[in-house]
Amino acid sequence: MTELLFPPGLLLVLGGLLMPLGMKIRNGLIFILPVLCLVLIWSAPADYIVTFPFLGFELEPIKITSTGQMFATVFSLMALVGGIFAYKQASTLELSAAFVYAGSAIGVTLSGDLITLFIFWEIMAIGSTLVIWAARHDAAYRASIRYLMIHLFGGLLLMAGIAGHVVETGSIRFEALSLESISQYLILAGFLINAGAPPLSAWIADAYPEASPSGTVFLSAFTTKTAVFTLLVAFPGAWLLIPIGIYMIFYGIIYALLENDMRRILAYSIINQVGFMVTGIGLGTEMALNGAAAHAFAHIIYKALLLMSAGAVLYQTGKRRCTDLGGLFQTMPWTALLGIIGALAISSFPFTSGFISKSMIAQSAADQQLIFIWFALAAASAGVFLHAGIKFPWFVFFQKDSGMRPAEAPPNMLLAMTVFAALCVGLGVYPDPLYAILPFAVIYEPYTAAHLVAQFQLLLFAGLAFFVMLPMMKRTLTISLDFDWFYRKVLPATGHTGLTVINGFAACLQGMSQRCINSCKSAFKSSRLSHYHLSESWPTGSMVLWIGVMLGGYLVMNAWF
Amino acid sequence: MNEQRKHWLLRTENIRKLWMLFIAILIATVVAGLFVHQHEAFGIEDSLGFYAWYGFITCVGMVIFAKLLGLFLKRPETYYDTESDMGSNTDEAHHD
Repeated sequence: MTELLFPPGLLLVLGGLLMPLGMKIRNGLIFILPVLCLVLIWSAPADYIVTFPFLGFELEPIKITSTGQMFATVFSLMALVGGIFAYKQASTLELSAAFVYAGSAIGVTLSGDLITLFIFWEIMAIGSTLVIWAARHDAAYRASIRYLMIHLFGGLLLMAGIAGHVVETGSIRFEALSLESISQYLILAGFLINAGAPPLSAWIADAYPEASPSGTVFLSAFTTKTAVFTLLVAFPGAWLLIPIGIYMIFYGIIYALLENDMRRILAYSIINQVGFMVTGIGLGTEMALNGAAAHAFAHIIYKALLLMSAGAVLYQTGKRRCTDLGGLFQTMPWTALLGIIGALAISSFPFTSGFISKSMIAQSAADQQLIFIWFALAAASAGVFLHAGIKFPWFVFFQKDSGMRPAEAPPNMLLAMTVFAALCVGLGVYPDPLYAILPFAVIYEPYTAAHLVAQFQLLLFAGLAFFVMLPMMKRTLTISLDFDWFYRKVLPATGHTGLTVINGFAACLQGMSQRCINSCKSAFKSSRLSHYHLSESWPTGSMVLWIGVMLGGYLVMNAWF
Repeated sequence: MNEQRKHWLLRTENIRKLWMLFIAILIATVVAGLFVHQHEAFGIEDSLGFYAWYGFITCVGMVIFAKLLGLFLKRPETYYDTESDMGSNTDEAHHD
């Protein structure tokens, strides 16, 4: 029997910390660590558990479940291919932080108890913040602090929830939790914040696009999908997740339609895609949960591919706004082609990975006769093609001729994109390997004539709508207000006023105490006491000296008699 | 720029051809719908070109909705740029 003695997640965390030791070590570790991690994950026997006593609790730092294994696999894959994409261009800080981040995400997917989960959860927040810092510009630093605040707040809710849950049930096991008291709702809220759920959805589009070209690729994969994993394990079938998921789906579409920054468009579409997964988890049937898990797997790959393509454009041109871009297909044909494959996959085009995963969620809504949800999901599928599937490639690679003639992306970037594009098409054409590692047995056939015709009609007519409505979609040099307005505008403004009030109050207090002291002084000076010898000299030193002498005298007297 | 020196994808005649091809494919998908039977969970999916008009109309609706919402939500890019001047200006000097 193969013994799995070392948590695979911790391997990546510690390995990531070794990366700054040297360029050669770093470049080797990029390849060795994820592969070793994959070997560890898959060599472990089924239902393998390592227990570890800690403060009277029985921790389970490694617990191999089929769901966890699936997420850990795609996370390792992401670390590897993301590493290839970042190989030459990224700073060591970024790569090191990205591997710590990836490792802690893997740690979450393999943890059997809530305490281990929480520890990895917090490492994830630190790792991802450092990835944003690695961009080393002022806007990134400010965005990362806002990002960190949101995640520390989420962690706080999670911590409070876990503590309450442990007190109530006495169990720290990470398993399906029923929403019985405030504790479980706090845990749910903690998970949902990382998923980008409302009202705090703005952090994704605020922080991710400020990272470096490769940093955003890493960021897109782990935090939100780890949240999907935890929701999948802890709250399958919680109906509350359905309206939250549907809201996220349409929030993502509408904000992406308004957006001008190409990487922010893709950041909004992360929320849209996670919305599909959250809805699937809320539906809670085996097929819906399979759909959510498969969609997370497929999503990590095509979203990374899309952001790699956007990252390559940013790296070569230094531009990220749709209004500055356009016509790049002429000199960056491979980046354009591979980006289009990612765009087709996110739109669930037949023969791509999105087609074989997302449709399971809609199918289970139909099976449960949830008419509004089914219609919403169908409209949203068309909307994905609209806001990401066409909008991203059209405005970046076609649209107008921007006059820029940047060179094709560097070879390592193209290689990473090719690997993921191949996976997008490969899983779309041959989904069986993915279906085999889903949480439940798959009883679903994506390739029926009816499904193909329906999907082609839906997507192609969405495409027609895009080009018909193009005059209305003219990009403007704007951003869109979101919930972050409250903590970026209102809070600083009130904080500013608050500070003025507090300062005024402090000045007032100071003035009063000063007057009080002054009046005491003058009263003392006018009294007869001030004429005694020790009161005359103002330095306190002489008085302290004499008191010291007196006390010393008492001591001597005490010892003597 | 001269029409002939443009990339073939950007020439006016080819753009027209692409549109014709696109419309032909659109018609083909609707016609194909006549020959397959959609599983009906809600009694409307098998009507002629259901997914076609539903996809088109919802997308137009979403674009218009986004446009209207944009009237309220859109702000210039520099909207948040003053945030560093508020409250933190006193701390700024102490960094490093």
